[in-house]
Amino acid sequence: MTSNFGSTDSTEADVEIKRLPVQNSEELVMLRKHVRDLAVQLRLSLIDQTKLVTAVSELARNALKYGGGGEAVLRIVRNGPRHGVRLSLIDAGPGIADLDMAMLDGFTSGGGMGLGLGGARRLVDDFAVHTTLGVGTVVTITKWKR
Amino acid sequence: MNHHDDASRISATIGKYQSELLEDWVANLKQQMIRFDAAAEQATRRHCSQLLELMCSALRQGEIDNIEGRGWDEVRHLLTEISQERARQGSTPSETAIFVFSLKQPLFTRLRTEHAQKTELLADDVWTITTLLDKLGLFTVEIFQKSRNQIIARQQQELLELSTPVVKLWQNILALPLIGTLDSARTQVVMENLLEKIIETGAAIAIIDITGVPTVDTLVAQHLLKTIAAARLMGADCIISGIRPQIAQTIVHLGVNLEDVVTKATLADAFVVALERTGAAIHYNKAGAKG
Amino acid sequence: MDRIPILRMGDLLLVTIQVDMHDRLAMTLQDDLTNRIVQDQAKGVLIDISALDVVDTFIGRMISNTAAMARVLDATTVVVGMQPAVAITLVEMGLSLPGVRTALNIERGMALLGKRYHE
Repeated sequence: MTSNFGSTDSTEADVEIKRLPVQNSEELVMLRKHVRDLAVQLRLSLIDQTKLVTAVSELARNALKYGGGGEAVLRIVRNGPRHGVRLSLIDAGPGIADLDMAMLDGFTSGGGMGLGLGGARRLVDDFAVHTTLGVGTVVTITKWKR
Repeated sequence: MNHHDDASRISATIGKYQSELLEDWVANLKQQMIRFDAAAEQATRRHCSQLLELMCSALRQGEIDNIEGRGWDEVRHLLTEISQERARQGSTPSETAIFVFSLKQPLFTRLRTEHAQKTELLADDVWTITTLLDKLGLFTVEIFQKSRNQIIARQQQELLELSTPVVKLWQNILALPLIGTLDSARTQVVMENLLEKIIETGAAIAIIDITGVPTVDTLVAQHLLKTIAAARLMGADCIISGIRPQIAQTIVHLGVNLEDVVTKATLADAFVVALERTGAAIHYNKAGAKG
Repeated sequence: MDRIPILRMGDLLLVTIQVDMHDRLAMTLQDDLTNRIVQDQAKGVLIDISALDVVDTFIGRMISNTAAMARVLDATTVVVGMQPAVAITLVEMGLSLPGVRTALNIERGMALLGKRYHE
């Protein structure tokens, strides 16, 4: 099951910068630091940096909590004159059974504030979820430099 | 057709007639110049000479179709320089492109000499040169546009910064008088600025005055509401003042919910409320003069 | 294991969160804080988050829960020092901090708490 909430232009080009494991809290902290550093390097505004890192934090916690841990792939993406940060969070967990529900506010299966993916989506420009039951989930977010 | 051979052949032709090509090209360009300017002619001659040299070596490397490739890096670099310089000097984008296109005629003349009896070869080379110079010419136009856009963007940014003043009205009270049409981008910048100022001055209340704002759309209204929510999260509060009747109507029609927000007709009214909320009181001296 | 220090000022407790908290640290903080509220008979708790440049739903939940626990123990919590970028992000996410009062800085937070107990 796949959902795209943003454009994925075929004229984009991306460059992989890092792959980072997300298996525990300490690695989550490292991931946030790397994402922040990259966002600073690409001169995203402070607010955009914060939104991006916060979204990453949400996704990573999801992977830890529901996906049995996972891996983050950090990329720089270019489309003509624009450039931005793209991050994919990959886990080999149970997958998301009802994606539409998961994207709504208030959705939760594990207790908590129940914001799920909907909240994170509002913080970024492009957002795509690919999930297969019993196989895993990949969430890819992009924040462009304005 | 072997492109590598074409490229080397053309490169050889350019190399063979390089100084004559230069003279013809400069002569062509000189004819187009409106007034005689020795310094400009010198600069033009230098540019033409460099470009011929670089084109020759780029062609020698064999790449003809893709001017974005490594072999053409130096040519693109030079054209970028030329284009940006001309943009700064006030040329039009066409003038800069014509600079490149003017090389066609001298080149065709030399090609005719080289391929005197070989019409097919002549036709092929003319076509190759035409497409190549077209690409290079268009490249200069793009660079030109980019340059201009960068200048405009920078000026816009400067204007934006100049027009978002946050005023400290009193101890713990800030005012943000907004003037002019608010667009989404400007509103965001202004609001971020306001929140920063709240932290900097330790203000408890910020009055956002929109007397000078003719219209408000949904996006702007949303930005305003988000800013107020953010200020509250931080521990400060906002009052909106100066809502004109038209804006009041728009807000209601758009279904924007201002229930949580204190709104006052004028900045003065808002100021009084703010003073009260921060624990101040106004006292008038007995003699009737304001204290 | 690191612990986040809790300072006592009269009947107020001050917690300054300076590190990127991971789960264990957050749980330990909640334990420590609830213990101290009882132990010191604190009426107010100030949580200083001026050093946090990211507050996600986990941290948000932790803060809300801490405030709720404190309230059950008859203490009021005020969160101070939220950075503008964090505030804007929370608003964008649609995350509010239910049951949590906020103030710009420690001084204001203390003033707020002073008012609260006399209500």
